[in-house]
Amino acid sequence: MKRLVALLLLLAACTATPVQAHKSSDAYLTLIRDGTALSGQWDIALRDLDNALDLDADGNGEITWGELRARRADVAAYALARLVVSAAGETCPLTTTAQLVDRHTDGAYAVLMLAGKCARGGATLAVDYRLFADLDPQHRGLLNYVENGTSRSVVFAPEAPRQIVGGDTGGPLAQILTYVHEGVWHIWLGFDHVLFLVSLLLPAVLVRRDGAWQPASAFRASFVDVAKIVTAFTLAHSITLSLAALDVVALPSRWVESAIAASVVLAALNNLVPVVAGGRWVAAFAFGLIHGFGFAGALADLGLPPGRWRCRSPASTSAWNWASWRSSQAFFHLPSRSAAGRSTAASC
Amino acid sequence: MSPVRFTRVRTAGLAGALCVALLLPMAAGAKPFVPDDDGAVLERLPVKADPALAELKRQRAALARSPMEARLADAVARRAIAASRASGDPRYLGQAQAALAPWWNVADPPAAILVLRATIRQSLHDFRGALADLDGLLAARPFDGQALLTRATVLTVQGRYDEAKRDCAKLARLAAEIVTSACLAGPTSLSGNAEGAYRALASALSRADGDAAVRAWALTLAAEIAARVGDPGAADTHFRAALAADPRDAYTRGAYADFLLDEDRAPEVAAMLGDDVRNDALLLQLVLAEARIPHARAALDAHRADLAARFAAARQRGDTVHRREEARYRLEIEGDAAAALALARANWDVQREPADLRILAAAAKAAGDAAARKAVTDWIASRGLEDRRTALLAGAQR
Repeated sequence: MKRLVALLLLLAACTATPVQAHKSSDAYLTLIRDGTALSGQWDIALRDLDNALDLDADGNGEITWGELRARRADVAAYALARLVVSAAGETCPLTTTAQLVDRHTDGAYAVLMLAGKCARGGATLAVDYRLFADLDPQHRGLLNYVENGTSRSVVFAPEAPRQIVGGDTGGPLAQILTYVHEGVWHIWLGFDHVLFLVSLLLPAVLVRRDGAWQPASAFRASFVDVAKIVTAFTLAHSITLSLAALDVVALPSRWVESAIAASVVLAALNNLVPVVAGGRWVAAFAFGLIHGFGFAGALADLGLPPGRWRCRSPASTSAWNWASWRSSQAFFHLPSRSAAGRSTAASC
Repeated sequence: MSPVRFTRVRTAGLAGALCVALLLPMAAGAKPFVPDDDGAVLERLPVKADPALAELKRQRAALARSPMEARLADAVARRAIAASRASGDPRYLGQAQAALAPWWNVADPPAAILVLRATIRQSLHDFRGALADLDGLLAARPFDGQALLTRATVLTVQGRYDEAKRDCAKLARLAAEIVTSACLAGPTSLSGNAEGAYRALASALSRADGDAAVRAWALTLAAEIAARVGDPGAADTHFRAALAADPRDAYTRGAYADFLLDEDRAPEVAAMLGDDVRNDALLLQLVLAEARIPHARAALDAHRADLAARFAAARQRGDTVHRREEARYRLEIEGDAAAALALARANWDVQREPADLRILAAAAKAAGDAAARKAVTDWIASRGLEDRRTALLAGAQR
């Protein structure tokens, strides 16, 4: 009998048609970037805020302006704790400058006016949006990102909380450029890859002679050596990155990260106690295979939603690889910009 | 502190309170403002008028303290699903999903959780996910009544009537007669035996008493079958009885509104729906009704703008659950047959209820698309569907 009662209760949910509904929970976020300055507006439904913060102080089922005004700081703190905007790996601090009210088709919204600053440049912004992810997984954050007079829409869902915007106007070419940019930054931030390459590249420009390091004498020989190593590394990690991105091979990240760390140590030791001398490009290729799996993890962090990953990956992945190759080269040309100076280690 | 409640209106029912809150915000996203009075009421929460929602809120607070408690999560999800069903408000569906968060991506959650997950997935039009959950559950527990009923519903929506009937037949030993009959009536009435399905359902209804929600469900089904085979008198009687049993049910109200529109009784639709326009499907029906009432021009313009804004918002967030409604809106309000046909086709790929076929037939006819019309007539022939109006639409160009 008990079973029957339970059956009846749920019955209501599964009659002929799926729910055709009111509007779902959405919040509307506008971010405008102008140089280092960020400004914006964030419309969040009062119903949703009440769900999280109990705005209805007197419990009479009505939210008044007085009740909302009294909780302004709480609303701002709650919302801003769930929105992280960063440029070039550095968070752009956001504050609310005003709280207003607006009406949308499904009721009243609190409107937070936003201001912020991205001290560090970088063409792209990483936006991490997790509002109401725990309370209503069907909530969507609809971002309108405005830069140089062009705007672009992005949808945040709990499965895709992190997206890269900016540095583009939204077309396929622009997407590729975005990934090129991110690839460059990734190499700079993930100093493990850089350390590995430095260790392999050092002997190309510094030659061990008579118990001391001497600058290499011929530019041409150094250049060829560097090109061989960097190209081998790029080819190798392109192979494994593609395999991982297309879900052909998946390795546990713990092993990948450990193996990458080991590759750095081995490459460094090889300089102190040379074992591999001329064939360093072979080592670059072998370990590049492992680093490729690490790149795949970072590519996932860029916020490609699972469904779009496959269809975008061919173009975007090669853009990424090209960028990595470029920035490996750049690193060689700009050794003074020490990667170790950064405090943030990227995840791969 | 100046609690001057100048917008406060004392009304007995929920509808009254809601309509006041909703008359103001017709102009969507106009311009942010700072209210000039602390007492200004910005939003009326649905919880105010519904003790079940107050209980849901209390249970959610308890679950927030111990989110891994399966029994509590089960209770919250169940209540949230019921709230979503009664009101048509997807926010409750999101709350149900949130309650199941620890088990949402798990391969083998407890059976009770699994059937709730399947129900939520079905409501989000993830029919494949719902079926995978239910298949797994029923492989382990072949006589789980709830799972059988839910799977039969999903299979019916997909047009897989024979499989649905098999699941319903198994319910006979597990549930009340009226539940089994109603379960069977869906697929049976859509696959060549509307008359038999109707008679069996009517006789079960005459014997059944008990739960109002179950009665309302069965009565609505009977009404829909009667409407399809062309017996408006019986349909009207059943619809009224269903609404008497459960007056707030959004599905029944929507189905009755569709019926009234077909019968050229648009003023009654406007009267029934009033200003309860939070539900998208009901708002569409209100717009369709107002478009046929000469003196409803002002209301029509406001509601139409509101509806267009909601379709735009749904598109923006990537939702596809409104395609049936949007196709109808494009066809009947905007007169854009090509857009309507594209939407109706995409919708038909996902769900195959009589209403989905009907909008496909109407759009195909308006667009003069022979291939789409053939898809409709093929379906009618292969399943033996008895639906007078769809058949007329599909055959009119022959």
